[in-house]
Amino acid sequence: MVAAPPSGEPGVLRRNAVAIGFLAPAAFLLIVMVVYPTIYTIIRSFFGKDAHEGFLPSGSFAGIDNYKALFTTSILVTAIKNSAIWILVAPAAVTAIGLVFAVLTERISWAVGFKAIVFMPMAISLFATGVIWHVMYIKDPSQGAVNAAIGAVKSWVTPPGALSTASPSTPALTGSPQTGYVLQKPISAGGTALMGLTAIPPTDVPSGAKQVVPPQPKQGAVTGVVWRDFKPGGGVVGKPEQGELGLPGVHVKLSDSSGKVVQNTTTGDDGSFTFDNVGSGTFKPGIAASTFAAPFAGISWLGSSLITPSVIIAYIWVWAGFAMVVIGAGLAAISREVLEAARTDGATEWQVFRRVTVPMLAPVLSVVFITMLINVLKVFDIVISIAPGSTQSDAAVIAVQMWRQSFGGVNDFGLGSAIAVFLFLLVIPILLLNVRRFRREV
Amino acid sequence: MKKHRLVIAALLGVVLLAAMTAFASAKPAKKSVSGSINIVGVWTGDEEKSFNAVLDGFRKANPDVKVSYKSTGDNTPTVLATAVAGGKPPDLASVSQPGLVNDFQKKGALKNLDYARGTLNANYPADIAKIGVIKGHVYGLLIKGANKSTVWYNVSAFKNAGVKAPLTFPAFVRGANTLKSSGVPAFSVGGADGWTLTDLFENIYLRQAGPDKYDKLSKHTIKWTDASVIKALKTMAPLLQGGNLAGGTSGALQTDFPTSVSNVFTKKPKAAMGIEDDFVPDVVASKNALKPVSGYNVFPFPAIGRARNYVEGGGDELMAFKDTPAIRALVKYLATGKAQTIWAKRGGYTAPAKTVSASVYPDEITRTTASAVGKAKVFRFDLSDLQPASFGGTVGQGEFKLFQDFLKNPSNVTGIARQLESAAAKAYKAGK
Repeated sequence: MVAAPPSGEPGVLRRNAVAIGFLAPAAFLLIVMVVYPTIYTIIRSFFGKDAHEGFLPSGSFAGIDNYKALFTTSILVTAIKNSAIWILVAPAAVTAIGLVFAVLTERISWAVGFKAIVFMPMAISLFATGVIWHVMYIKDPSQGAVNAAIGAVKSWVTPPGALSTASPSTPALTGSPQTGYVLQKPISAGGTALMGLTAIPPTDVPSGAKQVVPPQPKQGAVTGVVWRDFKPGGGVVGKPEQGELGLPGVHVKLSDSSGKVVQNTTTGDDGSFTFDNVGSGTFKPGIAASTFAAPFAGISWLGSSLITPSVIIAYIWVWAGFAMVVIGAGLAAISREVLEAARTDGATEWQVFRRVTVPMLAPVLSVVFITMLINVLKVFDIVISIAPGSTQSDAAVIAVQMWRQSFGGVNDFGLGSAIAVFLFLLVIPILLLNVRRFRREV
Repeated sequence: MKKHRLVIAALLGVVLLAAMTAFASAKPAKKSVSGSINIVGVWTGDEEKSFNAVLDGFRKANPDVKVSYKSTGDNTPTVLATAVAGGKPPDLASVSQPGLVNDFQKKGALKNLDYARGTLNANYPADIAKIGVIKGHVYGLLIKGANKSTVWYNVSAFKNAGVKAPLTFPAFVRGANTLKSSGVPAFSVGGADGWTLTDLFENIYLRQAGPDKYDKLSKHTIKWTDASVIKALKTMAPLLQGGNLAGGTSGALQTDFPTSVSNVFTKKPKAAMGIEDDFVPDVVASKNALKPVSGYNVFPFPAIGRARNYVEGGGDELMAFKDTPAIRALVKYLATGKAQTIWAKRGGYTAPAKTVSASVYPDEITRTTASAVGKAKVFRFDLSDLQPASFGGTVGQGEFKLFQDFLKNPSNVTGIARQLESAAAKAYKAGK
C-alpha cells in the first residue's frame, strides 16, 4: 500500500507502528477468541473423552476414533442425514416462498399489513418459536392447534360415535370398531342376546340410562340387551348385574344366516331391544360400526417419522419473512421499463416473471439462498425446542449433536470437537462462495 | 503529523500492554482460607432458600465461618467441569448425577470424606451410607433423597372402578385391567422423558432380580441380555400395552413428565395412575384442582415376590474439592438428622438420614413418601444415573432412547435387550 519508502524515513517497524497499533487489539481478540479455540478444537478432536484439558489437550490420544464414531454411530449418522435434508429443502423453500410473497405483495393493496404479518415471526426468538410450534403440534386434538383444526374438519365429515372407546366385554361379540360387533353364536326366534360392552367411562354413559334387566325370551322374536358390563370392582363379566347400566340409543341390527341385515332398531333406556316376527332361520344381532367411530386421534407431527418436516415447516414460517423483505427490496430496484418492454412485446405475465424478473433478481436470490444455507447448517434451538425427548434423536441435526455430545449429558469433548470440525468443513465451501461473491461485487 | 501518529501508536501500545497485564493478573490465585466455604449446587428457588436455612444452623454454631451458596441449577455439571479444568473448583458442590462424582474422583479432583464416616453410620441407613463410596473411600454424601418407588393415583378413578391401592404386583396388574374396563386407561406415562421409563424398569428389576443383580447390572458386570433383564422387560411389557396408556402408545411417547402428571391429577382424569417420583405433587402444585389424600394419593410401588419395602431412589450428592477444618465441620453437620430436620420441616424434601423423625414432614403425603426412604429395607440408587452419561443420562440416546423404543413396541423384548447391551458396551468402552 505504501510506496517505496523515501530515504531518511524511520525503519520498517516504526513506519508500520501505527498500523500495528491499530490492528493489535483486533488481532489480539481474534487470536484469543477465534484462532486459538479453532486450533484447540481441531487438536481436541483427536483425543478421547478423558483427555486432560490444558493449554493443549494431553493424555488419552484417540487418533481418528472420534471421526470413525461420527460416521458409524447410528444417531450421529441420522443427524448427518437430517442436516442433508435441511440443506436440500429449507434454503430453497425459504427463497421460493419469499419470492412468491415478494411478487404478490407488489400487487395487493394491503401489502404493508401483509408484509408486517409475514415478517413478524422474525421478531420472535427461535427458541420461543419452537415452543409455540411444539404446543401447536401436540397430538391430542384437545391440546394441539394443528390437530384440532384437522379434527374439526374430520368430525364434521364423519361424526364420532357415542361409545367410541367401548369394546366387547366377552369374546362372544366379535368384530372390530371399524366393522362393528356381531354376536358370534347364531340364535333363532325366541333366543336372547347378551351384548356387554366395557371400557366406557362413566361420563360417556348416555343420560337417562337405567339399571340393566336380563332379556326375557319372547315368542317369535329375538330379544337382547346392550349394557355397560362393569361395576366398581369389575363384577362378573358377561352377566347383567345389579349396579350395571343399560346403554340406551345404541343402533342394533339383525342379520340372517347369509349376513344380510333384515331388521334395525335402537335400544331402550335399560339397553333392551326386540326384533319382532323374525320368522324361521338363524340370526346374528350386532351393533353398528357407527357407534364406535373413534374421534380423530390426531396426527403424530412430533413422532419419529414426521418430526423433521414439522421442524422445517416451523423454520420456514420464521424465515420466509426475511426472504420476502430482502427480495422485495431487490424487486423494487428492478427497472419498470424492462418489464413494460417485455409486456409490450407480448410476453405473458408468467413469461415476464420467469424470463425477466427472476434473472434480474438472481443476485438477490443467491444472497438469500446462501445466507439461508449457512443459517441452516447451524440450526439448533428450534430443533431442540420442538422435538420431544422421544424424538430428539430422530430430529437432531449436526449442530444439535455437537452440543449434546459435548455438553448435553455425554460430556465427551473429543467427539463433540470432531463433530464441530466436520461442521466447519461443511461451512467452508459456502463461505468461500460468499467471499468470492463479495469480491466480485466490490 | 508523523510525530503525532507515533505518539498515538505509543499510547495505544501502552494501553494494550496495560490491558494485557491487567487481564493476566485479574484473577490472583485464591487460597482456600480456613473460615470461608463456597458451595455451588443444583438447588434453586425454594430449595435454595431451604438449603440456606440449613446453612443458617451451621452459621449460628460457627460464627467465624463464612459459608456462601451459589446456585448453578441445571448447568452445574458444565460449571464444575469448567471450574475443575481451570483449576479453581468450589469448596463443595452438590450434584444430582452420581456419575459426576465418579468422573471427578477419577480425575483426582475430589477430597475424600472419610472423616464423616462416624456421622454417616450413626445417621444413615447402611444402604444409603455406602452410596458415595468409591474404592473404599467416601467421596459423595447423599444430602437430599428422592423416593422413586411411588405410584400416584386419582382417588375417584379408583373409586369408580372399585380398585384399592394394590400391595402386590399381581394385584397391581389386575387393578390396571379393572380400571381399563371401567373406561379409564390405567397409566399416564411421560414417555417423552426417557427417565420415567427407566425408573419403571428399575423398580421392577430391583424387586424381581434382587439387589445383588441390580448392583451387578449397574456396574455392567452382567449383561443387559441377562435372563433377569429379559424377565423384567417381559414383566414390564403388559403394563405398556397401548390400551393401558393415556393417549395410546404414540400419545404416551409425546407426553412430557408434567403433562403426564396433570393427566392424572384432574377431575376428569385421562388415566388413573402415574408411576413416578416423589416430587410429583410439586409439579402440579400451582394448577392442581385436586386435594391431597381425598383427591389424589400415593402408594408404594407394589412388592414383587417377597421384596417388600424396597425403594429405588435418587437424590443430590455433596462432594468436596478441598479439605479444611471448616469444610469438615460443615460436611459432618449436613449429614446429621438435626440439619436435615430443618429442611424436612420446610417441605419438598426427603431426608436420607434415618434420624429424621417422620412427624416433622409437613403433610401426610410427604410423610408417606419421605419416611419410606429412611425405613427402606433395601435402598438402591437410580440405575440409569449410575451408568456412563452417554448410556444412562442423555436425551435421545442410550437407555432413554431404547426404552422409548420399547414403549413403542413392547413385544420386542429380546431386540431391546440386545440393543441395550450393545449401547452399554460401547459407553463403558468409551468411558475407560
